[in-house]
Amino acid sequence: MTLREVRDAVLRIIGAPDYDGYVAHMREHHPDEPVISRDAFMRERLAARYERPGARCC
Amino acid sequence: MLALSRGETVSAAWLLTAAIATYAIGYRFYSRFIAQRVFQLDAKRTTPAVRFNDGRDYVPTNRVIVFGHHFAAIAGPGPLVGPTLAAQFGFLPGTIWLLVGAVVGGAVQDFVILCASIRRDGKSLAAMAREEIGPVAGGMALFAILGIMIILIAVLALVIVNALKSSPWGTVTLLLTIPIALFLGVYLRWVRPHRVLEATAIGVALLIGALYAGQWAAATPVVAKMFTLSPIVLAWSLMVYGFAASVLPVWLLLAPRDYLSAFVKIGVVVALGIGILFLLPPLKMPALTRYIDGTGPVFAGSLFPFAFITIACGAVSGFHALISSGTTPKLLESEPDARPVGYGGMLTESMVAVMALIAACALTPGVYFAINSPASAIGTTVASAATAVSSWGFQVSPQDLTNLAHQVGEASLLSRTGGAPSLAVGMATIFSGFFSRGGALALWYHFAIMFEALFILTVLDAGTRVGRFILQDLLGHISPALGRVSWYPGVVLASALFVAGWGVFLIQGVTGGFNSLWPLFGIANQLLAAIALSVGTTVIIKMGKPRYALVTLVPLVWLVAVTSTASVEKIFAADPKLGLLAHAKTVTGSLAFADYLDALVAGFFLVSVLVVVFDAVRVWLRVISPAVDLVAQP
Repeated sequence: MTLREVRDAVLRIIGAPDYDGYVAHMREHHPDEPVISRDAFMRERLAARYERPGARCC
Repeated sequence: MLALSRGETVSAAWLLTAAIATYAIGYRFYSRFIAQRVFQLDAKRTTPAVRFNDGRDYVPTNRVIVFGHHFAAIAGPGPLVGPTLAAQFGFLPGTIWLLVGAVVGGAVQDFVILCASIRRDGKSLAAMAREEIGPVAGGMALFAILGIMIILIAVLALVIVNALKSSPWGTVTLLLTIPIALFLGVYLRWVRPHRVLEATAIGVALLIGALYAGQWAAATPVVAKMFTLSPIVLAWSLMVYGFAASVLPVWLLLAPRDYLSAFVKIGVVVALGIGILFLLPPLKMPALTRYIDGTGPVFAGSLFPFAFITIACGAVSGFHALISSGTTPKLLESEPDARPVGYGGMLTESMVAVMALIAACALTPGVYFAINSPASAIGTTVASAATAVSSWGFQVSPQDLTNLAHQVGEASLLSRTGGAPSLAVGMATIFSGFFSRGGALALWYHFAIMFEALFILTVLDAGTRVGRFILQDLLGHISPALGRVSWYPGVVLASALFVAGWGVFLIQGVTGGFNSLWPLFGIANQLLAAIALSVGTTVIIKMGKPRYALVTLVPLVWLVAVTSTASVEKIFAADPKLGLLAHAKTVTGSLAFADYLDALVAGFFLVSVLVVVFDAVRVWLRVISPAVDLVAQP
């Protein structure tokens, strides 16, 4: 495991949005669709996270 | 194995061994049975994450990461507080329920709902209740979710209030975590955008700074006086905070605080595990106390059903069904991964609850009862408390209580109900014994308090925001403008309404005591579990395997028995310490109103359970009988 993989794993576990993964996904599957900026992606993902039950518990 | 542990003084090693052995057997055999026979999980079937991969909600993810994410989402303050309170029955009832409840009930619920959701495109619990059972059960599930969130936030806020009242050190430390989170939000937005790990590392360093700032504040009379707050002031401050968190942008407060909390959460749980494993503290609490008869000072009610209500999280927690049908099913890249994530995740939480129970039972029982009994039972001076607690058969001297309070840097530890302070004393003893050879108890105590409060604040703020969205969704049916999440007056109104909802219960808890609010939370959480298990049973029956429905039917029957007995006793018991209606007759004004309100809520929960279960049974019979007809007439 490289340091970068450890870092990414920790980020996913604490719930930080994965912009690089999103960009890779868009390039591979929807190359003709526009890719939103990192800023816009982070804001959209974080807002979505706190809109519904299912991300937090007692 | 458990019988072995009934000696004079018992080492925590026995409990840990029993726990690990039980989990290992449950995981190896029972979860495999559910995976292979009931659901026939198949690596060749594509999961929603693969099918709908959009790089956003649906993202196929490695199972180790999904496990970590799922565990961080399900493990909250619940498994720490419940076992601590249930320690008044002795260590045995809590331990048995945590082990059996998790292996046969809680882990099964989490796993089955996760499997059901990945087979249904990652649908939510409420959606599955509506589609599999019917609109009545679906609507009831939505209301139950809102109800349990209100009670959950109120009771957890009350835990913070009781931990911080008249404690300038704790108050200053927790207060500082708010500007720290705001700073991290700004840092991540403008200073070093998106460097989450870097910002979180800075945040952890600042938290340690906040701990020392609190120590300084407590030692400086002018500042200490300013931050020695009454419970009612603390309660209102928490309500203002919850409202702010609900209307402010997420990146500013919620997200950075969540990153920080997830780190501290996993770090402290691992550290506590290591501490307990190396110290193996002796359990000073007896296996059973005489309070199994229902006369206990920490909360009223006998072993059955109240041990099973007090400990919800860690054994069976209905709230987990929301996670198992929320983010997690949209991440699993392979069906068989549901077993370690769903079943294994719950076993891990149960283990955390066992550790909390060990920490509470490692305290001298006299100290435990002095911290957790209300002033009405032990008076307000160390002398009266020592006399009262000793007269119950748990020897403790006034000097012991004064010394301990002094050692942990507090003016007094008497009647600090809510579980957090006694758990913090237990954790501080373990940490200080392991990391600093018994020294620095005050720092470790406040570290533990900060950890618990941070934990709770993240539930309180995120919960208030989610509650606001659910409420806006409901209000949208009345007036479409109110449902628009970007219309500011609608946002403010829904936030204020939701905060007022839990605020009412918080304020009455502050004036009326912790005793009746926690059981109400337990009942609500088990109600949600009953709904989840009804959905699970329906799903298994509809798969054409009614025989295997016993897997969810057995815990369902048990939970219905527990929740209905508990609600009926809580409402109608003749003893005013237990029965809400009986208690209402002994008091007047707002206190009596609070009792009637609690009774109404308990009644609502009871009716909801029965409605959902009967609705589900109707569906089961309908599904099973045509199958018989088909066989009869070819």
